[in-house]
Amino acid sequence: MLRKSSEAKKESVVKDAIHSAAFDWTDPLLVERALSEEERVARDQARGFLRETLFPRARDLFRAEDFDRDIMREMGRMGLLGIMLPERYGGAAMSHVIYGLLMREAEWVDSGFRSVLSVQNSLAAHPILAYGTEEQRGRFLPGMASGEIVGCFGLTEPDFGSDAGGLTTRAKKEKGGYRLNGAKAWITNAPIADFAVIWAKDEDDVIRGFLVERGMSGFETVKIEGKFSLRVSLTGMISLSDVFVPDENLLPDARGLTGPFSCLNKARYGICWGALGSAEFCWHRARDYVMERKQFGKLLASYQLVQKRLADMQMEIAVGLCGVLRLGRLLDEDRAAAPAISLMKRNNCGKALEVARVARDMLGANGVSDEYHVIRHVLNLEAVNTYEGTHDVHALILGRTQTGIQAFT
Amino acid sequence: MKILVPIKRVVDYNVRVQVKPSGSVDLDNVKMSMNPFDEIAVEEAIRLKEQNKAKEIIAISIGPAQASETIRTALAMGADKGILVQSPERLEPLNVAKILKAIADKEKPDLIILGKQAIDDDCNQTGQMLAALLNWPQGTFASKLELNGDSITVTREVDGGLQTLALKRPAIITTDLRLNEPRYATLPNIMKAKKKPIEQTTPESYGINPAPRLEILETLPPKEREGGVKVESIKELVEKLRSEAGIL
Ligand SMILES: Cc1cc2nc3c(=O)[nH]c(=O)nc-3n(C[C@H](O)[C@H](O)[C@H](O)COP(=O)(O)OP(=O)(O)OC[C@H]3O[C@@H](n4cnc5c(N)ncnc54)[C@H](O)[C@@H]3O)c2cc1C
Repeated sequence: MLRKSSEAKKESVVKDAIHSAAFDWTDPLLVERALSEEERVARDQARGFLRETLFPRARDLFRAEDFDRDIMREMGRMGLLGIMLPERYGGAAMSHVIYGLLMREAEWVDSGFRSVLSVQNSLAAHPILAYGTEEQRGRFLPGMASGEIVGCFGLTEPDFGSDAGGLTTRAKKEKGGYRLNGAKAWITNAPIADFAVIWAKDEDDVIRGFLVERGMSGFETVKIEGKFSLRVSLTGMISLSDVFVPDENLLPDARGLTGPFSCLNKARYGICWGALGSAEFCWHRARDYVMERKQFGKLLASYQLVQKRLADMQMEIAVGLCGVLRLGRLLDEDRAAAPAISLMKRNNCGKALEVARVARDMLGANGVSDEYHVIRHVLNLEAVNTYEGTHDVHALILGRTQTGIQAFT
Repeated sequence: MKILVPIKRVVDYNVRVQVKPSGSVDLDNVKMSMNPFDEIAVEEAIRLKEQNKAKEIIAISIGPAQASETIRTALAMGADKGILVQSPERLEPLNVAKILKAIADKEKPDLIILGKQAIDDDCNQTGQMLAALLNWPQGTFASKLELNGDSITVTREVDGGLQTLALKRPAIITTDLRLNEPRYATLPNIMKAKKKPIEQTTPESYGINPAPRLEILETLPPKEREGGVKVESIKELVEKLRSEAGIL
C-alpha cells in the first residue's frame, strides 16, 4: 500500500515534468544540451565566421560557378582546414563531434563549401597523416592547414565510380619512383589543387596512394563546366600521362582499398552532419515563409497539409541529429564500424534531399529563385546524395551486413 | 599593463525571447552568448596586447556556472585568464559594480573595459557605477581608444559630433558599437584556451550580498504591430498626427 502510493507519487512527478518542460521546436530532443562547452564554443565561433563571411558570397559564386581561392586562406586562418590534425602540423586536434558540428555549419551556408572542407581535411590531409612518412607530413600538412596548399583526392575514374576497386590508373615502378598513367573524373578541387592524392594500381594489382604535385610533367587538370550542383566547389578531370612520381611521394603505408576507404569514412561521417545543416536551412526557410505568406485568405501555416510537411521535416532532422551525435561519440571512442557510417550517410543525405525538395515546393515560385537559397540547397543535395557512395550503394553495404551476401555484382 | 574585461552571458541577439504565461521570460533552452558590447571590449583589450601596450587580460563573468562558456570564448579570442563569480541571483548593476570593485582592488588593473550596456536588461549603468565606486575617470561610449604612456584618449560619439576626452590611468572605458569589429576565435586558439586558468569565486567571497533590490512587477511581450493606413491628404495626416498619434 505504502509502496503503491509512493509509486503513484513518482508517476505524478514524472507527468508534471513532461507537462512543464519547455519544448524547443527547433531542437525537440535537446541535442544542444548534449554538447559540451568546448563543442558549443567551437561551433558558435565557426558559425559566426561562416554566416558572416561566406554566406553573403554563396549566391553569386553559385551563379558564376566559381570558387574564390582566397576562401581557402580565410578558412585556413579560422582553423577550418586542419580541424582534426595534430597541433604540431598546425591543426586544432579537435574531436569527431566538433568536426561534425562544423560540417553542419558549413553546409548550412552551402554544401560546396562543406565539400571543400571535407576534401582538404579528410580526403587529402588524412591519408598523409595516416599513411604518409614524417617527411611528407611536414612537407604538406602545415601548408594545408593554413590554406596555402590545396589538395584533392583522386579515386573515381570515368569508368569506375561506385565500383572504385576496378580502377585502371597504373603505377609502374622505375628507378627512383613510379610512372603513372590514367585518368580521374569528378575530382573536387582538382582545378585549383597544388597536389592530388592519386590512387593507382601497381604491377601486382595492389592499390597504392601517390602524392602527385602540380608541375610534374604529364599531370593536367580540366574544370568540369555546367555542373548544376555544388557550383561553388570546383570539380575537375585529372589526366596522368607518363607522370614520373618520385619514391618520396608514395604513401608507404597504404595498400589496397582500405587506404582510400578509410579517408572516405572520415569524409562521409562529416557529410552525415553536413546534409542536416542544409536540411535545417531549408526547413527554417520554409517555416518562416508559410508563417508570412497568405493564400485563400489565410496563412499557409494554417493549413493541415503544410503543418504535416513541417512536422515531417522537424522529425527527420531531430532524429538525424541524434544519430550523428551518437555516431560522432562512437568515433571519438574508436568504436564506430564503417557500416554505421553508411547507415547515417544514407539516412541523412536521403532525408535532407527530401526535406529540401519539399521546402522548395512550399516556397512556390520563390522556391526556384536563388534569392531564397532553397533551390541552391536542393541542387547541392543531389550531388551530396550521390558522392561518397550513392544512396543505393550504401543500401548494398547495409544489406550485406545482415545477409552475409554481397549484391554488388 | 593589466586590463580587466567584465563580460556578461546574455540571450543571443538572434533569439526572439518568449514571455511565459506566468510572466517570466523563458530562458530554458534559449541560445546564450557573450553580450556583443563585451565582445568589443575583449577585442579592444586584445588589440592593446597585440600592440604591446598591455601585458595581461583578465576576463570576468558574474553569473551562473554556464558563464564559464562565455569566459572560455574570451580566452579563445586572446584573454589570458578568467574569473567566474558564480551567482544564481538576477544581477543588478550596483551589485555587479561592487563585485568588480572588489576584484579591481585585488588585481590592481590599469584599465577596465566594459560594454556600454548588456543587451538583455539595457541598463547602461555598470561602468559608470564602477567608476564612481573606484573614484576613477571614465570614458563611456568609446568609439576610439588611444593609449600613450599614462594618458588615455577616448573619442565618444555624442549628439552633433565627436567628443575627445583625455583620461589618466587607471580608468574605466565603456565600448560603443563602432570601436572595433570583434574577431572570431580560431579553432586552434579554442583548443589552447582549454589550458588557460579560470578562477572560481562567489559574490560572498568578496563580502557582497548579490540579492536584487529591485522587484520586477510584470514582464509583457511587446504589442503586436498593427498594419498602417494610407492617408488621402496632408490635412488628414496632420489631423491624425494630432488626434491619434498625439505628436502635434
Ligand atoms: C560534385 C562531385 C564531386 C565529387 N568529388 C569526388 C572527389 O573529390 N574524389 C573522387 O574520387 N570522386 C569524387 N566524386 C565521384 C563520386 O564519388 C562518384 O560520382 C560516386 O561514387 C558514384 O559514382 P558514379 O558517378 O560513377 O556513378 P555509378 O557508379 O555509375 O552509379 C550510377 C547509378 O547506379 C547505381 N549503382 C551502381 N552500382 C550499383 C549496383 N551494384 N547495384 C545497384 N545500383 C548500382 C548507383 O547507385 C547510381 O544510382 C564526385 C562526384 C560529384 C558529383
